Amino acid sequence: MLNTILSGDFPRSRLLTIVLIVIFISLAFAPFLFPGTRSLSVAAKICYFVVLVASYDLMLGYTGIVSLSHTMFFGIGAYGVAIALNNMGASWGAVLLGTIVGLLLAVVVALVIGLFSLRVKALFFAMVTLAVASAFAVLASQMSWLTGGEDGLSYSVPKILTPAYKLMDDKLFGVRMNGRIVAYYLVFSVSFVLFLVMLRIVNSPFGRVLQSIRENDFRSEALGFQAVIYRSLASCLGALMAALAGVLAALWLRYTGPDTTLSFDIMVDILLMVVIGGMGSLYGSVLGATIFILAQNYLQNLMGAVSDATAALPLVPELFHPDRWLLWLGVMFVLSVYFFPTGIVGRLRSSS
Amino acid sequence: MSMTHPTHSPEEHPVLETHGLTIRFGGHVAVNDVSCAFRQGTLTAIVGPNGAGKTTYFNLISGQLKASAGSISLYGEDITRLSAPARANKGIGRAFQLTNLFPNLTVLENVRLAIQAKSRIGLDIFSMADRHVELIERAEHYLHRVALIDRARDTASSLPHGDQRKLEVAILLALEPDILMFDEPTAGMSVDEVPVVLDLIQQIRDQGDKTVLLVEHKMDVVRSLADRIIVLHNGFLVADGDPAEVIASPIVQEAYLGMGASSHV
Repeated sequence: MLNTILSGDFPRSRLLTIVLIVIFISLAFAPFLFPGTRSLSVAAKICYFVVLVASYDLMLGYTGIVSLSHTMFFGIGAYGVAIALNNMGASWGAVLLGTIVGLLLAVVVALVIGLFSLRVKALFFAMVTLAVASAFAVLASQMSWLTGGEDGLSYSVPKILTPAYKLMDDKLFGVRMNGRIVAYYLVFSVSFVLFLVMLRIVNSPFGRVLQSIRENDFRSEALGFQAVIYRSLASCLGALMAALAGVLAALWLRYTGPDTTLSFDIMVDILLMVVIGGMGSLYGSVLGATIFILAQNYLQNLMGAVSDATAALPLVPELFHPDRWLLWLGVMFVLSVYFFPTGIVGRLRSSS
Repeated sequence: MSMTHPTHSPEEHPVLETHGLTIRFGGHVAVNDVSCAFRQGTLTAIVGPNGAGKTTYFNLISGQLKASAGSISLYGEDITRLSAPARANKGIGRAFQLTNLFPNLTVLENVRLAIQAKSRIGLDIFSMADRHVELIERAEHYLHRVALIDRARDTASSLPHGDQRKLEVAILLALEPDILMFDEPTAGMSVDEVPVVLDLIQQIRDQGDKTVLLVEHKMDVVRSLADRIIVLHNGFLVADGDPAEVIASPIVQEAYLGMGASSHV
């Protein structure tokens, strides 16, 4: 049973298993374990970023495709839903239409980029994707009549997902059961299912071919696998999953703009999450996304606390001043890449 | 320029044929106007000094290189324009001279992928690869044949060189092709490992339904295994015929054995 759900791909390390179970339970019961608007937002962001990062790992870690356009597909999904909700009003029909149009566009764009440029060298492909993604970001900010330009779009989501909706009158474990809880569990459960689907894909016969192409595309072709076809399909699946993550982000945030979806900063974040977690294992994306987003949101608070606690000492409080949190985030990443070149998952698995 | 083939009647249809096959790299002609037919159930050895164009000729047949001129036909069908994967799917299997494996995958997975290629389930994204037990069993069968079954769970890169060569052979066998192309399969193997591979090649030849092409330097190996020898020299096919006859011919003595025999035998 568990074997089928996880597609036979177990964490293969006791510590990793424990960490994953802790993350899963924390996310599954986040509204009750960590009540509060901010912590729920962080939990939701971790959920859809796990999907986004895992879909990137499907391409980078499993197939060896270096793409820099992943945020574009994330944005296509988010904008699809945002534009539909903005123009058609807060209905599930709009969500569905926006999702379908977004997914179709994502797959078509991924297929076109793939078939035209996956034959070429990896570096050149990365450049092509970067160019396309930049062009797309410019396009999105220029077509402000449709996309809201730099300001993005704020819109209403179906009522059941809003704070105004009451799931039940009484509080449950002291938590008000409103539409945000429904929205959170929508994001959580869809993310969880998508993660399991990707886990199945990488452990399928298709996924094994992707790994063979990553390892040695020349040899893989000599066995009869057309590398360009498999790479293109992997890109399409990655794009599809990224767009679905975008849909979840759009529904959760009730806002879609260039900064939350299309920016190159997010592309860099995704890359870091994959590398920190460990390439070539989807569990790495769970760890990478969780650690990164927690650090992004709470490192500043933590440093504030450290700074206050050490106020009596010379220099130290200055060093840990909350304004320097980005510096420490950077230091953390350099250290983690230096000490765990195969990512956290790679490190845990090799030591077990 | 070439001798006529003595053992087969001309009306018998060849499995594989090259017509005037040529490839140029800039000014250098690596394979020059090579016409040759290969018949089912035969083992043809391709010999010649280093740089004669043997591996390049192989690359042209299996599709890693595209011919500058000439054509290749398989069962009478022109395959000159087909890609390497398309040719593999049509039954041309290839083992490489420089070990060419999936280094970070397990030994079993290396072979299982070849079986999977043959079974055409590569686009199946919803089943679990490990549940296709029959593919795994067949992969294990081939690992038994090359005596690597004990290393099945290790990564390919962790194998010593000789075992990597055997794995290369196992991958080719697992593809179950009609045409098997071995490019110096025993190169770099220790003396006691060589017979394992040679016995395998002999078994395949004795089956009688496969067509084997073998690039090999060791003359004793060639003499005992081959039904026929062709000699390449500077990209030209310079001799073609019965092993004893070819080895004895003056052109081979001069072109190949004269310079290479002492270092290879």
